[in-house]
Amino acid sequence: MTTLPERVLVCPGGPLLLRGCQTYTDGEGVEHAVDRTVVAVCRCGFSGRLPWCDSTHKRLPPDKRPD
Amino acid sequence: MSERVLTTLRSDPGRLTTDPGDPQDVDEVDAALTLWVLHELSYRGFEDVSPDAEWEPAVLALRRHLQRDLEARLRARWPGHEVSRETFADDLMAFIESDDGPSVASYVHSHASADQVLELVRWRSIYHLRESDPSTWTLPRLTTAPKAALAELQYDEYGSGRPDRLHAHLFARAMEALGLSTRYADYLDECPLEVLEMNNVMTLFGLDGRLRGASMGHLAAFEVTSSVPSGRLVKGLQRLGMAEEIIDYYAEHVVADSVHDQIAVRLICAALAADEPDQAEDIFFGAFTCLDQEARFARAILGRWGVAA
Repeated sequence: MTTLPERVLVCPGGPLLLRGCQTYTDGEGVEHAVDRTVVAVCRCGFSGRLPWCDSTHKRLPPDKRPD
Repeated sequence: MSERVLTTLRSDPGRLTTDPGDPQDVDEVDAALTLWVLHELSYRGFEDVSPDAEWEPAVLALRRHLQRDLEARLRARWPGHEVSRETFADDLMAFIESDDGPSVASYVHSHASADQVLELVRWRSIYHLRESDPSTWTLPRLTTAPKAALAELQYDEYGSGRPDRLHAHLFARAMEALGLSTRYADYLDECPLEVLEMNNVMTLFGLDGRLRGASMGHLAAFEVTSSVPSGRLVKGLQRLGMAEEIIDYYAEHVVADSVHDQIAVRLICAALAADEPDQAEDIFFGAFTCLDQEARFARAILGRWGVAA
């Protein structure tokens, strides 16, 4: 995973945006192919499309949303 | 008025008159249809109208008259919003996420029939067959940071260089799979005022550089309110056993718009507000207008289906 600072954006209450990655390796070491310039990685843990964000965080109460 | 305008456009656009008559006498659907026709000249136009009509002064004068009337009505609906420079992005996201307008997607999820979904697709086709085009006009009006971010978002909307992934094309393929016409605006005549107006709003915001803030605010609200409803539409379309192409179209938007909404709010709108503070309130105005137009669309179609909204 490429983690140059300008390529990562933490979105308060939402996902992590990653720009320009070929692949993304999740917390369990599984590698996922990336097919778009910018991807949103789930941070709330409730996405139905893990590891990607599917905006489920929008339906969570404020205290369940990531900082 | 729209009939008269189209006839004049076909023969001699220079003879269009600016004054469409007393506003009291002009039917609002007719006025919206006329503006839609005039806007269309700035997209791909009409086979039987000369491309010169786009820049004909008489055409621009009438377009301006109708656009001013539309913008005045939109501004009259806007209650205003206090803008903070420090928390702009989070405030804008919260403002949009707090929208509780009626949801067509929730109804499609559990109740709609296949015929109702086909009607929804036909009404939506006025926008989706040229998805993202109105926002593209805003690109050269922006400063560096929001311009780079909008280009990045649009690159994804336009398929990242792959024609088969262009969103408007995905929608056309889905319509084809559903047995519908993919010729642009073939279903315009069955669309109500709410559809004409929501398309006119996007074109107005895109075409007029003065309204760049509203254009980007509208885009942000559209993207922020797309992913969750798209997920509900996927489930509804699966329930009805509809064509894979239309399911894929909405499934693509579940993931894509979970990226686009953050780009639109944090990298486009917040950067635009920082670079041009006088655009900040118009960003909220554009976001409000998108939500307001979507709510009116939802009430129109749910009302037609006999559902309380």
